[in-house]
Amino acid sequence: MAEKLATEPESGLDLPNSDLPRGVQPVFADSGIEVKPVYTAADLNGGNGSGGGNGAGEERPGEYPFTRGIHADMYRRRPWTMRQYTGFGNAQATNERFHYLIETGNTGLNVAFDLPSQCGLDSDDPVAEGEVGRVGMAIDSLRDFEVAFDGVDLDKITVSLTINGAAAIMIAMYLAMAEKRGYDIATLRGTAQNDILKEMVGRGTWVFPVEPSVKLVGDTIEYCARHAPNYSPVSVCGYHIRESGCDPAEEMGYAFEIAKAYIDETLKRGLAIDDFAGRLSFNFNVFGKLFEEVAKFRAGRRMWAKILKEQYGAENPKTMWMRMIAGGGGFGLTIDQPENNIMRGAYYALSAVLSGAQTIALCCYDEAYTIPSPKAQQISIRTMQLLIEELGLCDTVDPLGGSYFVEALTDGMEEKIEAVMQRVQDEGGIVAGVASGRIQDRVSQQAYEHHRRVENGEARKVGVNCYRVPEEKPDVEFHPERREDLDMQLASLKQVRAERSRDAVDRALKRLHADAVAGANTMPAIMEAVKAYATVGEMTNILADVYGRFEEPITI
Amino acid sequence: MTRRPIRVLVSKPGLDGHDVGAKVVARALKDAGMDVIYTGLRKTPEEIARRAKDEDVDVIGMSILSGSHLPLARRLKDLWDEYDLGTRMWLVGGNVPEKDHEALADIGVDAVFNSRSRLDDIVRYIEENVARWPRN
Repeated sequence: MAEKLATEPESGLDLPNSDLPRGVQPVFADSGIEVKPVYTAADLNGGNGSGGGNGAGEERPGEYPFTRGIHADMYRRRPWTMRQYTGFGNAQATNERFHYLIETGNTGLNVAFDLPSQCGLDSDDPVAEGEVGRVGMAIDSLRDFEVAFDGVDLDKITVSLTINGAAAIMIAMYLAMAEKRGYDIATLRGTAQNDILKEMVGRGTWVFPVEPSVKLVGDTIEYCARHAPNYSPVSVCGYHIRESGCDPAEEMGYAFEIAKAYIDETLKRGLAIDDFAGRLSFNFNVFGKLFEEVAKFRAGRRMWAKILKEQYGAENPKTMWMRMIAGGGGFGLTIDQPENNIMRGAYYALSAVLSGAQTIALCCYDEAYTIPSPKAQQISIRTMQLLIEELGLCDTVDPLGGSYFVEALTDGMEEKIEAVMQRVQDEGGIVAGVASGRIQDRVSQQAYEHHRRVENGEARKVGVNCYRVPEEKPDVEFHPERREDLDMQLASLKQVRAERSRDAVDRALKRLHADAVAGANTMPAIMEAVKAYATVGEMTNILADVYGRFEEPITI
Repeated sequence: MTRRPIRVLVSKPGLDGHDVGAKVVARALKDAGMDVIYTGLRKTPEEIARRAKDEDVDVIGMSILSGSHLPLARRLKDLWDEYDLGTRMWLVGGNVPEKDHEALADIGVDAVFNSRSRLDDIVRYIEENVARWPRN
């Protein structure tokens, strides 16, 4: 018999019916897989057997196809990297927060840029008015990178740049800054997000049209493969597509199709697959059904390895690794009862660790309201440290491997992801799908339907459509906006323009223009321009003169 | 005499790329029978004012999650007369702290919605109040 909920939903959302039955219908995971009441050995080999279907019992972590993890010893050797996302105001303010996070235990940095920087605008551009330093740190020139990373040991702390439309420029600035500080970029590690196709589906900081944008991604991959081979120039993001409304299988399927588009672009440059594909990494979301998330990642690792080996002929096992950051998970968090987000974050971190993530970043409990407070950041870092120090999550590899349920679900997810990829290919490929807006349209319709399901109580959301408290006043401390940070940024930009050699800038920008027109790799010219302290806006405008700007397809 | 459907401009001013909410609301208004024009991302207040005028909308919606709602609203207000926007309903949606609601109201915004707002309440608000801003 159906059980009634212990607590009736409060009136806040005016649910039509307070006795929503639970447990009578088959449970469906978010990707539409029917979950059975119990799993047994009979469920292994039940799928298409693509993963061996034997509960991965004979498979070992660190061995192809890496279902159980890319490393043999995983967290026994080293726990995952803790990489909380931060950045605000100017480089100076952000540098202080970087040092706070490192002291708190963050083992990597995940840099938030303000919107003008992300869109390729200088801080004094009229279009940037009101946005400078607001959602991330303002970057105009190499000078800002020098200040932002002052005192950060770039060999110990790996830095991830959350930048897309302006990624080529920011990667160049990072490499130039490191070089200036005496690091050898031939061994320097680090990551840039630099996934422009997902940016056009969700997140929205594109600059150039689809084709030159993909070409620019190819430029960065090629340049890094030749000059900074330990740097990860791209982190392909299913994350933001999931944030925008798709389901977990689509999150992974779209990401793989996008990654393949970048690989195909780079192969045109005469590089072999093993020369560069091992430095591509992924960024996925973690929220929702715990076991489905674990299965998603296990299936994804297995599939990516097979794609690289079978479709691209990779020979080096490292090329086949699906390395990932798991981000938990903005879409799952709620503005209602924000303290509940602390618990959500803990479960998302657990999901990510059980999934074998290389790096984890947790959204903070106050993030639906504001740039996280230092306290909220500390709680997120402590959440992960608890798993390491107290809960024993580093002790063994892939602890859920062999579970009837998880293995069957892993096979099920593989089929779902495969179907998504097939659909994308049948519809003309990911690049065409993004350019036409078809993918965006589908994803946004899913977001709408999900929202309706939350409103009518079908999709349960604690504190939102059940277990509400009346008249809640959330206890959240808002991030202070500091006018002086903006003034400092504008003054610093002015000073950089006054001090640099105009000739050197002009020469570099001319070269950049010529290389872009010629279809050559633009990274050497961008490096030259960056070192001459050309600004983000100057370089972006040169490229936009040649490439044009993206026109968003409107499908609503 | 049949009244034409309510026409709504759903706009994304500024550089903010968060468009999930704007698109969700746009779809809800469409489902409710309204004519919806979605601008897409990164429109300047000038572009929004011109579009509102050209499309002769009854309602101008602005979705802002970057925290830049006050400067952006002020800039649209400055353009209001220049573009002869006259009597139109003006809504703001997104991530607007309560402390800023009054400031937005002073600028001329008629109502503010956020991720807590029910879609049907947004639809109802427009349907019930749009008549107070007669277009002719």
